[in-house]
Amino acid sequence: MEDELSFSDIYGGRLALQRRYYSPSCREFCLSCPRLSLRSLTAVTCTVWLAAYGLFTLCENSMILSAAIFITLLGLLGYLHFVKIDQETLLIIDSLGIQMTSSYASGKESTTFIEMGKVKDVIINEAIYMQKVIYYLCILLNDPVEPHGISQVVPVFQSAKPRLDCLIEVYRSCQEILAHRKATPTSS
Amino acid sequence: MGLVSRGMAAAGLGTAPAVVRPGPPDAVPNPTPNPPPEGAAPGSSRVPSMVLKAFFPTCCASADSGLLVGRWVPEQSSAVVLAVVHFPFIPIQVKELLAQVQQASRIGLAVLGTWCHHRQEPEESLGHFLEGLGTIFSHEPWLQLCRERGSKFWSCKATHWQVPISPGAPGEDQVMLIFYDQRKVLLSQLHPPAALPDHQAGDATASAGGLAAVFDTVARSEALFRSDRFDEGLVRLSHWQSEGVEASILVELAKRASGPVCLLLAYLLSLISAASTCWVFKLWPLSFIWSKLSTCEQLRHRLEQLTFIFSTQKAENTSQLMRKANMLVSVLLDVALGFALLSWLHGKDRIGQLADALVPVADRVAEELQHLLQWLMGAPAGLKMNRALDQVLGRFFLYHIHLWISYIHLMSPFIERILWHMGLSACLGLTVALSILSDIIALLTFHIYCFYVYGARLYCLKICGLSSLWRLFRGKKWNVLRQRVDSCSYDLDQLFIGTLLFTVLVFLLPTTALYYLVFTLLRLLVVTVQGLIHLLVDLINSLPLYALGLRLCRPYRLSAGVKFQVLEHEAGRPLRLLMQINPLPYNRVVHTYRLPSCGCHPKHSWSSLCRKLFFGELIYPWRQRGDKQD
Repeated sequence: MEDELSFSDIYGGRLALQRRYYSPSCREFCLSCPRLSLRSLTAVTCTVWLAAYGLFTLCENSMILSAAIFITLLGLLGYLHFVKIDQETLLIIDSLGIQMTSSYASGKESTTFIEMGKVKDVIINEAIYMQKVIYYLCILLNDPVEPHGISQVVPVFQSAKPRLDCLIEVYRSCQEILAHRKATPTSS
Repeated sequence: MGLVSRGMAAAGLGTAPAVVRPGPPDAVPNPTPNPPPEGAAPGSSRVPSMVLKAFFPTCCASADSGLLVGRWVPEQSSAVVLAVVHFPFIPIQVKELLAQVQQASRIGLAVLGTWCHHRQEPEESLGHFLEGLGTIFSHEPWLQLCRERGSKFWSCKATHWQVPISPGAPGEDQVMLIFYDQRKVLLSQLHPPAALPDHQAGDATASAGGLAAVFDTVARSEALFRSDRFDEGLVRLSHWQSEGVEASILVELAKRASGPVCLLLAYLLSLISAASTCWVFKLWPLSFIWSKLSTCEQLRHRLEQLTFIFSTQKAENTSQLMRKANMLVSVLLDVALGFALLSWLHGKDRIGQLADALVPVADRVAEELQHLLQWLMGAPAGLKMNRALDQVLGRFFLYHIHLWISYIHLMSPFIERILWHMGLSACLGLTVALSILSDIIALLTFHIYCFYVYGARLYCLKICGLSSLWRLFRGKKWNVLRQRVDSCSYDLDQLFIGTLLFTVLVFLLPTTALYYLVFTLLRLLVVTVQGLIHLLVDLINSLPLYALGLRLCRPYRLSAGVKFQVLEHEAGRPLRLLMQINPLPYNRVVHTYRLPSCGCHPKHSWSSLCRKLFFGELIYPWRQRGDKQD
């Protein structure tokens, strides 16, 4: 069972939230950011090359032009491989754990899996970001030493930064599964 | 689905056939599975138990029908299937085999249930037969996995024989199938997340979180995987090695050879280390020189590493093994680079060219220094210095340079031979050659070091004098016993002399400060060059190359954890997940397996460095005995 909703991020950009319900104990939320637009790519490339050409007319050294080409290429590769995140996925499986995957534009995927035994709760938190207050979803981890303490706060959907309405959707679904976990006496 | 429904019909149950309830999400606000309505007594609500997780090896997916052998982890309600026992078998032999493996691995293995693979049309009798097996190997809960022909979806059922509330009627659980690659899980080494404190990380395998228990189970039941299908065993098993045990002739040969080789090398190394501890080297001036030369430090470091590698006792755990392997690869790479340098140096008479270039360079440096001093003795940058002091200092330094140049020229005929012998040392490794280079730089710039020390001492003297006279100026003094500034009444003549000296020192300060500044900058330049060389040496010394290579070629060997992939799903069938190994990121590989470096270089923070420079304290490129280590 799968459905798709449309939300906006904190800057007003469009975000698509895909919800997949595999079974009552396993759900997946997939937030897709807009792809790299041709317009911004063209703008950045043109700026760099025009600046390089301006320098070239001043210094008359052709090294500058080739350096500019290399800088653009390397910068684009680095941006696609390390910075630009296309999709962020939250997979929550009852009694097993929570998995966060971010797929980069180049196809690289980085995955973090948190076992259910370490998860204390999933909450929505407020944070001051630049000049505004934003909301974010985060996972609280149990402190192994202190039974009621929190050892770490792991933010979810870090690059997409969806607005509160989107977070509430995800939060409710997560809480349904977490509530099931709390109802079971055997869970550790 | 055929077997499951038949099995339930045979057991005479009226439980709901669909255990996993797919229902639309909006319609299920509470996803807890409803208790079996008919089987349970009316009014009694069974507490929903945890979802049962069956870890199933992917290599067994195409195995014939049989029994599932594995471990049951009750606290996580997960069943780790390790192998499939094929028909025909004698139950007592299966139990014997399990007892043997259990003795070897010290984990509780059991027959967890049955595995049914329909290649043809299902035969009616097999279902009943498998049902009956549950009474021979009693296990709680009893798993019944079934794979049909032409269907990707499996059916899976877990039956409880003893249900506390309604005895006689077997209860059922939600089941989740998790596939894992047995080979990768067996070989991978789980690294607990960095968030865990160290003391927690140490016993992570013992305390065993959910997935660590799975990894542990697979790793420890290696005894089960020793037999393949070519063995004449009584019990036929299906697991990752059942098509043939994996082994390499080279590895076996290396294992055989490593014992005597280690013994021989350890003996040789002990001889070398005994020679190095000879009393001749411990006399006063020699021991002081040894401790300051970075070549000696590097050689000592390498010797320690080699004795560790070739120590005859076996590595206790995997981390020690990895450390040994990392050290060995680091030493090998170092020596290989050293030989490359050696062949480059000794081909085409490069040593001679280098020696010919070295003396003019030293001359040139001295000449430049002379020019600098003459500039300082005039009016540098338009500053008006104290002429008498300026002349005295300048002449002193010029005489020093003169001495230095004559020393270099005295040395020049022998430099080529010295360099040739030092070039040979590159066969001990590139790091040794680099350390020698660093020492040569230190020796050739000894005059700069001397100037720096004279300048710093003079400057320090002036700063100290000025600060104490400034206290006198204000009618205070430093109380040494109480370590504080006290007020004090001075006599008139004391005050007069003090103020006079203060004035003299203040007016002489710029001249000394200028000399100090120039020579400190020169000294810092030399120290920076040496620091870069040491950085390179440290990089070669401490980079865990074996671990990095392992991460590059066999990413599953070093795992940061696992990741799950949800496989195609059909309503009414158990959820199927694929468990994959999440490889450790490169930065954590380097962080975890970094080798200890030489540790003879000081680590100044920037603020302490600036403070030391301002107050004219000496900066050494080596660690002082009194330095506190931060």
